[in-house]
Amino acid sequence: MPVRVQTADFDAGVEMAAMRRGNPRIGAIASFVGVVRDLNDGAVVADMTLEHYPGMTEKALEKIVEEARARWDLYDALVIHRVGTLKPTDQIVLVVVTSAHRGEAFQACEFLMDYLKTRAPFWKKEKTPDGGRWVDARTADDAAADRWS
Amino acid sequence: MKPNDSRIATIEVLYFARLREVFGRASERVELPAEVKDVAGLGAWLRSRGEPWERELAPGKPVRIAVNQDMATAATTIGDGDEVAFFPPVTGG
Repeated sequence: MPVRVQTADFDAGVEMAAMRRGNPRIGAIASFVGVVRDLNDGAVVADMTLEHYPGMTEKALEKIVEEARARWDLYDALVIHRVGTLKPTDQIVLVVVTSAHRGEAFQACEFLMDYLKTRAPFWKKEKTPDGGRWVDARTADDAAADRWS
Repeated sequence: MKPNDSRIATIEVLYFARLREVFGRASERVELPAEVKDVAGLGAWLRSRGEPWERELAPGKPVRIAVNQDMATAATTIGDGDEVAFFPPVTGG
């Protein structure tokens, strides 16, 4: 399954090994792992809780993967996004792309992250010393996604 | 129309993240007034219920809307059995 939304952690190495197994045409694997930081917008973050829209999330991620496949020559693509409460240093998201050459793999991986951040229905709420606060969407993320259109 | 009239269109309205908290509910079943045909009409009708809808769904507020789990615009039509979600701009990744 190219898209997974889960509370459990993931192992990027295991996922990448599974994706290259049995396909000698793969020449490049690009991956990205997003990680929880302990500082955001000047406040110390104790933990964060990720909420999502079950059903639409999977649908939106699958659509983003399809879009990447239409733009680049890929063998496979995988997106794993965690939900629930996560702490600093925890992994949040994994994107892996396989292709014959690195150029397409790098670009598709970055595209998937940029689109995911602006189109997949996830929301982060951080716990800071002042209480809980919802993370605001960043215009920089919109600009990053707009580069591809 | 009579309350038990089977022709009454009902929709499921969902709220996420900050809007879920502000409205104090994750979802509600809404009987669509006859004049509500699209997302813009639903927004106006929800605002007519007063606060906090009036404030939170005011024009210009950064609210995103999905109809049947696809991103929608003000002109997207709404009908019986639809699932309409209101939420803030997304912040995943």
